[in-house]
Amino acid sequence: MTLRIYVPGDAAARALGADEVAQAVRAEAARRGVTVTLIRNGTRGMVWLEPLVEVETAAGRTAFGPVRAADVPALFDAGFGDHALALGPVEDIPFFARQTRLTFARCGLTDPLSLEDYRAHGGLDGLRAALPMAPGEIVQTVTESGLRGRGGAGFPTGLKWKTVSEAEGPRKYIICNADEGDSGTFADRMLMEGDPFALIEGMVIAGLAVGATRGYVYLRSEYPDAIRVMHAAVDIARRAGILGAHVLGTGPAFDMEIRVGAGAYVCGEETSLLNSLEGKRGVVRAKPPLPAHQGFLGRPTVVNNVISLASVPVILARGAQHYAGFGLGRSRGTIPVQIAGNVKHGGLFEAGFGMTLGALVDDIAGGTATGRPVKAVQVGGPLGAYFPREKFDTPFGYEEFDGAGGLIGHAGIVVFDDQADMLKQARFAMEFCAIESCGKCTPCRIGAVRGVETVDRIAAGDTAAIGLLTELCDTMRDGSLCALGGFTPYPVMSALTHFPEDFTAPRKEAAE
Amino acid sequence: MAEPDATEIEARVRAIAAELAPLEGPLLPILHAVQAACGHVPAAALPVIADVLNLSRAEVYGVMSFYHDFRAEPAGRKVLKICRAEACQAMGADAVAARALAALGVDWHGTTADGAVTLEPVYCLGLCACAPAAMIDGRVVGRVDDARLDALIDEVLA
Ligand SMILES: Cc1cc2nc3c(=O)[nH]c(=O)nc-3n(C[C@H](O)[C@H](O)[C@H](O)COP(=O)(O)O)c2cc1C
Ligand code: SF4
Ligand code: FES
Repeated sequence: MTLRIYVPGDAAARALGADEVAQAVRAEAARRGVTVTLIRNGTRGMVWLEPLVEVETAAGRTAFGPVRAADVPALFDAGFGDHALALGPVEDIPFFARQTRLTFARCGLTDPLSLEDYRAHGGLDGLRAALPMAPGEIVQTVTESGLRGRGGAGFPTGLKWKTVSEAEGPRKYIICNADEGDSGTFADRMLMEGDPFALIEGMVIAGLAVGATRGYVYLRSEYPDAIRVMHAAVDIARRAGILGAHVLGTGPAFDMEIRVGAGAYVCGEETSLLNSLEGKRGVVRAKPPLPAHQGFLGRPTVVNNVISLASVPVILARGAQHYAGFGLGRSRGTIPVQIAGNVKHGGLFEAGFGMTLGALVDDIAGGTATGRPVKAVQVGGPLGAYFPREKFDTPFGYEEFDGAGGLIGHAGIVVFDDQADMLKQARFAMEFCAIESCGKCTPCRIGAVRGVETVDRIAAGDTAAIGLLTELCDTMRDGSLCALGGFTPYPVMSALTHFPEDFTAPRKEAAE
Repeated sequence: MAEPDATEIEARVRAIAAELAPLEGPLLPILHAVQAACGHVPAAALPVIADVLNLSRAEVYGVMSFYHDFRAEPAGRKVLKICRAEACQAMGADAVAARALAALGVDWHGTTADGAVTLEPVYCLGLCACAPAAMIDGRVVGRVDDARLDALIDEVLA
């Protein structure tokens, strides 16, 4: 009998020792003369359990974790049954069982680079459904699904596609924004490493919908594993005829390339990304013109986030109504919340919009890893607000978070315990803006530097500088071209507003 | 490794640039490829790239200097990157960074005197659920505590 064993090849699992575990599994199997099929799947997203080893049994896949290489002989001894690390059927683990996995349905389940596996689990169903449809019908389906951009701004995807489909141009482009620079986010990485064909399929469908024949994935250089997997997946898709002169043999042409970023956070902003892709400095462009009209090389271009595009296949496969059936208010479908920082149960939790922040932090994440009380949660990356416990009843939804003085962004939540110093967090927000500013506008380029200095004055006991910091934030908010300068006031002002004691109390040490 | 002379650099860079020039937006792929081949983007490469792409040398320099990834000087034999972003801060990244800086006796972007290692800050590696995170020559490491960091330092200094 051959044992089928899954050891994730995802970067987070590897960062926790998955390669060593995989090697130990091979060595132990060889030593015992047991035949093992070892599959390096993506991650299920339960990062605190990684490396999470799964074994196929008559009753489905059962899980063990977190496994160290040294545990492997004992797992073999136990016949991958009764063992202290046994977690039972993987999909019954409460963190997993409570999710609605649409976009991430295959992630962790399949071998990321097996097209056979992909097809066996619903892959290409969306593209097959889209192929016979008129382009306008595809756009209509995406519009009716209510899908909004998952990169941060929440712009309706169907509307963006409609604009590009109506734009005239000799060539149109689908550009996938895989720059994922926000701290606390890893959904794009996890999807690209765990189910890369889903992104490719989404991009092909987008191409059919708007009449684009060429796609690019702009992938950040900090993700070497995702770069490797995406390159391999594009090659496989091309050989299988999913990409090329005729999509799936009968469709129009569509082909794509992976391009690697160069370590600039601002290049996640879509117009800066376009400049970077064109080989220029990643400076933000003024809008209009919209990228939809004059994007890459001045041609009509769709720029969408990885998760927006990877959600398209399931929408086409199961219908707009199915997707729109999940969610809250004007936030339809599911959102992969990334739970990070000081948490007991960190990882990716995909669910319909509407869960409260408190349920995610206290219940799903299980509170802090340190066991201390939660002080603040930053939602939406380095440009997102810090939420105090008083705001934990805010439900996940674009309008709801806006109403609470914050933003969802790319849906990362970073939890801090009561040892966090919110003045230090405000200082970091300004410092980050200063480091990453593209330099085009003064309020951002100079303002952020002044911001760091002003926070340092407050730290030194000059409480009069608090008013100055507030004015500076107003100037940055009103006078910046893009959200880097414009939204840095969110973390700064939320820290100041909700945790004023951290800005006025005498400090033990001067700020570094 | 001896520093290749200018003509050798020029030949290598010209070959890389000529091969990638047909791409739409070839400059970043060329700079990445040159850095992969030479370990950095030598000053002698800029006029060659400019010539192949029909740009001015200043334009190529302007692009190269905009991006954190491209280096004008060679790095150490290994590059250790430590995440300084929020999710890692929430798990003690500041202390990890301070310990690394002290152990290596360098500042950020600095290379140890023996050329063993360059220390770089990085703002998120997408390992925020197993923070603090680090990367050593493209290999990722999660939950970096004192013991793991010390092992990494031993490895880079070995
Ligand atoms: C400073 C800055 C950084 C951004 N970074 C990203 C990013 O890493 N990934 C992303 O998808 N969108 C990012 N965005 C948002 C993009 O500008 C754009 O709205 C998005 O790619 C559109 O795709 P969507 O509609 O599918 O979300 C960023 C915006 C700003 C202002
Ligand atoms: S706000 Fe900052 S990053 Fe955005 S365009 Fe202005 S200078 Fe550039
Ligand atoms: S914040 Fe450090 S890995 Fe994301």
